[in-house]
Amino acid sequence: MTDILIRGGRVIDPASNLDADLDVLLVDGRVAEIRAGIEAPNARAFDATGCIVAPGFVDLHTHLREPGFEHKGTIATETRAALRGGFTTVCAMPNTDPAPDSAPVVQALWERIERDAVVNVFPIGTVTRRRQGKELADLSELAEAGVVAFSDDGSPVADATLMRNALQFTAALGLPLSEHSDDPVLNAGGVVNEGALSERLGLKGQPPAAEISAIARNIELCELTGGRLHVAHISTARGVELVADAKARGLPVTAEVTPSHLFLTEDAVFGPGPEPAYDTNARINPPLRTEADRRALLKGVNEGVIDVIATDHAPHAQEDKLCEFDLAAPGISCLETALGSILLLIARGELDFHRAMAALTINPVRAFALDRRAPGIGTLQPGVTDIVIFEPTARWTVDPASFASKGRNTPLAGTELVGRVRAVHVKGQLHIIEEAAHA
Amino acid sequence: MRLTREEAPEHARLVSDLAALRLPDGGEAFSVTSEQLLGPAEIARTIRRLAHEIIENNRGTENLVLVGLLSRGYPLAQRLAAAIKEFEGVSIPVGRLDIGLYRDDLDRRTTAPILRPSEMPADIDGATVVLVDDVLFTGRSIRAALEALLDFGRPARVRLAILVDRGHRELPIRPDFVGKNIPTAVFQSVRVRLVEVDGEDGVYVTGAEVPDA
Amino acid sequence: MLETEIRELSAEQTLPAWRRKDLLDTDTLTPAEIELIMETAEAMREVRSRPVGKVATLRGETVVTLFYEQSTRTRASFEVAAKALGADVVNLSASGSSVEKGESLIDTVRTLEAIGADIVVMRHRSSGAPYIAARHSKTSVINGGDGTHAHPTQALLDLFTMRQHLGSLAGRKVVIVGDVLHSRVARSNLWTLLASGANVVLCGPPTLLPRTLAVRTETGTCEVTTNFDEAIVDADVVMALRIQKERQAGGLIPSLREYIRGYQLNRARLERARPNALVMHPGPMNEGIEIAPDIAHGLASVIEEQVANGVAVRMAILYLVATARRK
Repeated sequence: MTDILIRGGRVIDPASNLDADLDVLLVDGRVAEIRAGIEAPNARAFDATGCIVAPGFVDLHTHLREPGFEHKGTIATETRAALRGGFTTVCAMPNTDPAPDSAPVVQALWERIERDAVVNVFPIGTVTRRRQGKELADLSELAEAGVVAFSDDGSPVADATLMRNALQFTAALGLPLSEHSDDPVLNAGGVVNEGALSERLGLKGQPPAAEISAIARNIELCELTGGRLHVAHISTARGVELVADAKARGLPVTAEVTPSHLFLTEDAVFGPGPEPAYDTNARINPPLRTEADRRALLKGVNEGVIDVIATDHAPHAQEDKLCEFDLAAPGISCLETALGSILLLIARGELDFHRAMAALTINPVRAFALDRRAPGIGTLQPGVTDIVIFEPTARWTVDPASFASKGRNTPLAGTELVGRVRAVHVKGQLHIIEEAAHA
Repeated sequence: MRLTREEAPEHARLVSDLAALRLPDGGEAFSVTSEQLLGPAEIARTIRRLAHEIIENNRGTENLVLVGLLSRGYPLAQRLAAAIKEFEGVSIPVGRLDIGLYRDDLDRRTTAPILRPSEMPADIDGATVVLVDDVLFTGRSIRAALEALLDFGRPARVRLAILVDRGHRELPIRPDFVGKNIPTAVFQSVRVRLVEVDGEDGVYVTGAEVPDA
Repeated sequence: MLETEIRELSAEQTLPAWRRKDLLDTDTLTPAEIELIMETAEAMREVRSRPVGKVATLRGETVVTLFYEQSTRTRASFEVAAKALGADVVNLSASGSSVEKGESLIDTVRTLEAIGADIVVMRHRSSGAPYIAARHSKTSVINGGDGTHAHPTQALLDLFTMRQHLGSLAGRKVVIVGDVLHSRVARSNLWTLLASGANVVLCGPPTLLPRTLAVRTETGTCEVTTNFDEAIVDADVVMALRIQKERQAGGLIPSLREYIRGYQLNRARLERARPNALVMHPGPMNEGIEIAPDIAHGLASVIEEQVANGVAVRMAILYLVATARRK
């Protein structure tokens, strides 16, 4: 394997607070040296001038759709999308068919991952059998099969006793439970945030109280059981307050937010106007909410209350979105726009650069204790293999037709974002994603 | 510039609008020649003559109904009725007809005409209806008016009274009572202005001379 | 000649032309566009009053009514309107057609476009459905009611009816009472009334009222209240909305009796309104529930006129949309 010299970039490693102009030398696919002025005449040189060199991003929340929904996406296509987005590790949510609620299914999934994935993939196991929310799955068998966390995502674990029991088991297993916090009764039939938009558009709304009350319940159960609670895709201001409070009490609670919720509000459903667009590409669970919520989410990341930015990448086939709003499948395809929207928020001064970088690298690793599976993951230090090189100021316009993902469902089509991935080093290979703009 | 016959009326409209444009100092923006052919006194005389002709042709005022096409045919019909009242002491019913729904040029116009309600004063079955309009040109408006009229009933006969006939018929339509024959070129524009609609009485012909830049 | 006639004739082309390919809601209609619809409807009303109440203006146009939700009156009203303009009409409903077999909305609309439909009048249970249809097809789409969102032709015929009796709506108090939260009629009426300068009061039980539609625009205002007895004082127009019995089943109102007690439009309440206040209802009525039978058929009621005006207003809209298409 040729040595690779990444020269002239700004190297950051949130785990060690490193942020300096340095060179990085890779030997045999692993980082050998990080310092200024490396000479390596036999190495393949990569000119990282004007770029940031960071640990490959780690996504705790991706829907790869395979097995069962290959028309929406496959492990091959969606990991390719992850690669283009700068993500070198993704955790696969279990709302597939079959759902990984037993060891054989997880085993089969590992085989597919081995065969098709171009980045690292960790499976997440279900909490309940078939994700039905009625009986617990064989959690210890799943742990042994190698899942990194448990979730019924798509759905909450609605039954409080079931959730309590689940948390007691996962506490014993030392694995986190990533919970889609929601009250399905209060939210029944809702397709957008409840408020001015839902009333204007005549759509049934999902009141923030549904998420907030569920988060509150889950935090109390976390305290009761000692299980690690990871609050998935948080969307409400009050929810952020509850997480802050739980952390202040010393509870093992972490939280993630999607780039979509940081960047957009419910206005994305309405569109630019003057007539409402009913943009199904902006339909997502939990729904995009108000500007006040968005600001609270940004503040949450900037203050460290929200540890992780996770994409909740949800590709859908065209026919699942090209229909009436209340029939449209919820979800946004965003692996390839995540970095661009995050850097635009940073450029606008709404998001703190170092907090965001940590939220994409070391914090996800800590939330799911992933360094036990892959030592050094989420860091940039000698020995690691996963690196992303990106141009933080390159302007580009989102064109879903150019996505590697099968899912073209994004409300950002035609939007100008900032920041492009130039190259990714993962699994021993350097992938060039974008030629330099100033070549 | 050579225009097709289809383009001519739109062009003529444009030209007469251009003629009305003024510079900030009050001068003409376009040196379009606009000539007044009839003034208020001549129009009044013409109307009286037309009124006499209508009564003569009808051998009196029995069963007579005047129907004016919106917009300027209607005030003309009102004036004719007033003149007839003066001569004969009889009030002739006057109706108004909006032909917007009957036009054959809806595909060609850039804007659809604003529709107004028509109003027929009495039952027109068996009556002698005299359609009244200001300018007769291609004849298409009158064709539309006939179609509209027949939706209101079955007159015994329909006559046509026109203030100005400028020629260039495209359909076999002929007026029975003509105020003035004014031969024109196709690309010219004939405008009738009436006090009731425009604040003054006058018949104008506008030439299509657009000055060199 | 009367002064009004002179003014009318001079105003020949002062209203801007209609340029919209579709009519999806009244929320973006300018006051000038609303005025144009009203004037055109007046002309259409006159056409309907003739012995032969038909013209051939839309001859050769094909109007398809695509109703995913049941409706006798709205569909019949559109059919009569289209035929009165000489258009061909095809009626499609959700039962007994490929629509039911799971053909997607977009596929259906595209098929209609390929067949040669010029205008599709659509009623659908999903809010926003006509917007999606209009975006993906070249046919003109007229919204005959989408979910709980909009019913523009109803609002326009309501406005037409109000103007017949009241003249201008500027400064008038219009009370809309009932299940406002789920009412597309209330929403579309709100936009036309605000554009016309009216003061709207939305009234109903707390679970059936929107919380964010109390607004003040440049021209009109909207208040939201649960107190009907107070709201109806000095009203110029009271519009009662149909209460669906399913709302009780859904727990949104405790019982119909409770609803009647607080929100039925009856004689006692009507007496608190202006002396010549108009009583309106989009139909069909639950007589004895949201409206007392004697009020429904009383002197103040213009409910039947609403229905009659519906044909003229729909003719106007079909005419305007069709002529905009022809450019």
